[in-house]
Amino acid sequence: MKIDLSVEFCGVRFPNPLVLASGILGVTAASMANVVRHGAGGVTTKSLWLEAHMGHPNPVILTTEHFMINAVGVPDAGIEKAKEELAIYNSMKKAPIIANIIAGRKSDYGQIAEEIAKLNPDIIEVNISCPNVEDELGKPFACSRDDAAAVTREVKRRVKKIPVIVKLSPNVTSLLEIAKSVADAGADGFCALNTWGPGMVIDLETRQPILANKVGGVSGPATKPLTIKAVYDLYRATKLPIIATGGMMTGEDAIEALMAGAQLVGVGTAVHYRGIEVFGKMRDEMGKWCTQHKVKKVEEIIGTLKY
Amino acid sequence: MFPILNTMPKMLPIAKIIRETSHVKTFVFRHQLGAKPGQFINIWVPRVDEKPMSVAMSNDVEFWLTIFAVGGMTKRLHEMKVGDLVGIRGPFGTSFEYESGDHLVLLGGGYGAAPLYFLASEAVKKKCTIDFIVGARGKEHLLFLDRVKKLGKNVKLHIATDDGSVGTKGYNTQILESVLSSVKPGNKKMTRVFAVGPELMMKRASDMCFAHKISCQVSIERYMKCGFGVCGNCCVDDSGERMCMEGPVVDHLRARKMKDFGAYHRDKVGRKITF
Repeated sequence: MKIDLSVEFCGVRFPNPLVLASGILGVTAASMANVVRHGAGGVTTKSLWLEAHMGHPNPVILTTEHFMINAVGVPDAGIEKAKEELAIYNSMKKAPIIANIIAGRKSDYGQIAEEIAKLNPDIIEVNISCPNVEDELGKPFACSRDDAAAVTREVKRRVKKIPVIVKLSPNVTSLLEIAKSVADAGADGFCALNTWGPGMVIDLETRQPILANKVGGVSGPATKPLTIKAVYDLYRATKLPIIATGGMMTGEDAIEALMAGAQLVGVGTAVHYRGIEVFGKMRDEMGKWCTQHKVKKVEEIIGTLKY
Repeated sequence: MFPILNTMPKMLPIAKIIRETSHVKTFVFRHQLGAKPGQFINIWVPRVDEKPMSVAMSNDVEFWLTIFAVGGMTKRLHEMKVGDLVGIRGPFGTSFEYESGDHLVLLGGGYGAAPLYFLASEAVKKKCTIDFIVGARGKEHLLFLDRVKKLGKNVKLHIATDDGSVGTKGYNTQILESVLSSVKPGNKKMTRVFAVGPELMMKRASDMCFAHKISCQVSIERYMKCGFGVCGNCCVDDSGERMCMEGPVVDHLRARKMKDFGAYHRDKVGRKITF
C-alpha cells in the first residue's frame, strides 16, 4: 500500500510532516539541503537577524542521554548572508523552507520580516520566545500577551502574502492566553514550543556552571509529553495549524503529535540522539505505522485524538 | 557513526607541560581518551572559552594536546600549571585511514606536525614506511623533530623552512613534489599522502596528488561549536557535510568537490572569510 505522507500547512504542501527545527543545522543552504536529502519534509532556518549578532562564547551546547541544554545565543551574520543562502536554497529547492526571524525591538521585527519576505520563503516563523540579548530566556516577547500580539501584528502588517507563524515559549503561566492573543493579532499558525527553562548544569570539580552563558534552554526526549499537551491545548483552543516541536524522536512520536492536532513535527535535538539519518528513519517509521493501521493518508490522523 | 550521547566535559588535571617552542606547549593528561589519529577534542578553560584541538598523541595511559598560544583562551591555557583543571569533550570526528604496510607521505605545515606525529607513531607499529615532511616559517617554529627522529628507521624526515634556517629553503610542498615524482607506477606498496596544515598548503598538496593519481587525505578545519553535528557551523558547500562528523579528515577527492576548499571558511556567525 502506497502511503501519502504529505501534509498541507498554511497552504503549503510538505512531502512529509518532518521539518528541521530552527537552531539545528540551519546556518547554510547547503546544510539545510543536506537535511532534506536525509528525508526531511521541510526545513527551518536558524533565526535571522537584520544585523550581525554574535551569540555567546563556548561552551554553548551540552547533552546527556536525557537532555540537551543550549545557550548558543542566536548568532547570525545578518540580512546579506540570509539573501545569499536563501537564494542558494531556492535554486536547489526540494522541500519548503520556513524562515525564522528574530529582533530585539518590535519595530525591527517588522523590518526583518519585510526584508525576508522579499526572499520568498514558504512561511515566516517569528521567534519571539528566545532571548534577544544577554538576558538569556529572561524577558522575551512571548511571555507577554500584549508584546506577543504587537510583534505579530507588526510582522503581519509588513508581510502580505506569506503565511506567518509564531513560535511560542513554554515558559509562561498561560500559554493559551498568549496563543489566543497572537491568533487575534493575525497569526496563521504556531510552532510549539521553544526550549524549556532556563536550566543550568554545574561542573562539580570547579563548582561553576558549564555553559558560558550560565543558563540555557532545555530540550530532548523528556520534553515530548509537554509538547503533546501544549499541542492538544492549542488545537482545541484555536484550530490554527501547529508545528509540534520538542522531544520528537521517532515516527511514533510524530504520529502522536499529529493525533494531538499538529500538522507538522519539528525535529531538532533528535539529530544528536539518532544522527542526521533521523529524518529518513522517522519518515519510514511513520509509513510503517500507517501501513499497520491501514491509514492511506497521514493527514487523516491530524486531530483524531479521542477525548 | 553511533553518536556519543553524553557530551559533558570531563574535568582533567594537567599532568605535565612540555615546552615545544617559544609559543607552543604540549599538555599531557593521564586519561585513556581512546582517540584515533586525526580526531579532535574540545578543550574548555572554565570562565574563558572552549575550542576544538587536534590530538597529538593518545594511548592507554595518556593523551597530549599541542597548543599554540595565539588567542585569549590559548594564552590563558599557557599560563596554567600542572594540576590545574580543564574540561575535555570528545574525541570527535573522523580519523586518518590506511592499511598495514602502506607507504605514508605525511605533509605537516606548522602545527600540523603534531597530529601527523600521532599518525606516524601508530603507523610504524603496523609496518608502514613513512616520509615525514615538515615545513614552517623558520627553525623556531618547527615541532616534534626529535620525536619523529626517534620513530625508527622506517621514518624518513624532510624539513623545509621559508627562511632556510634549517632543511631546504622553500615550501614543504616542493619536497612533496619530489617525493611523489619518485613513486614508481606499479609499486607494490600503496602510497598515501596525509596533509595537515594551512588550507592553501593542503589544496596545493591535493593538486599534486591529483596530478600524480596518488591517494590523499586532508584535515579540514572549520569553526566548530558543539562538536557533535547539531549546530551547523562547520558545514561545507555544497554537500552540507559537517566537518565535526563527516570530517575533519576527508579524502581529498571529496575535499575537491567542496566549494570552500582552499577558497573560504566561515566565522562564528556563518559569514564567509576568504583564505
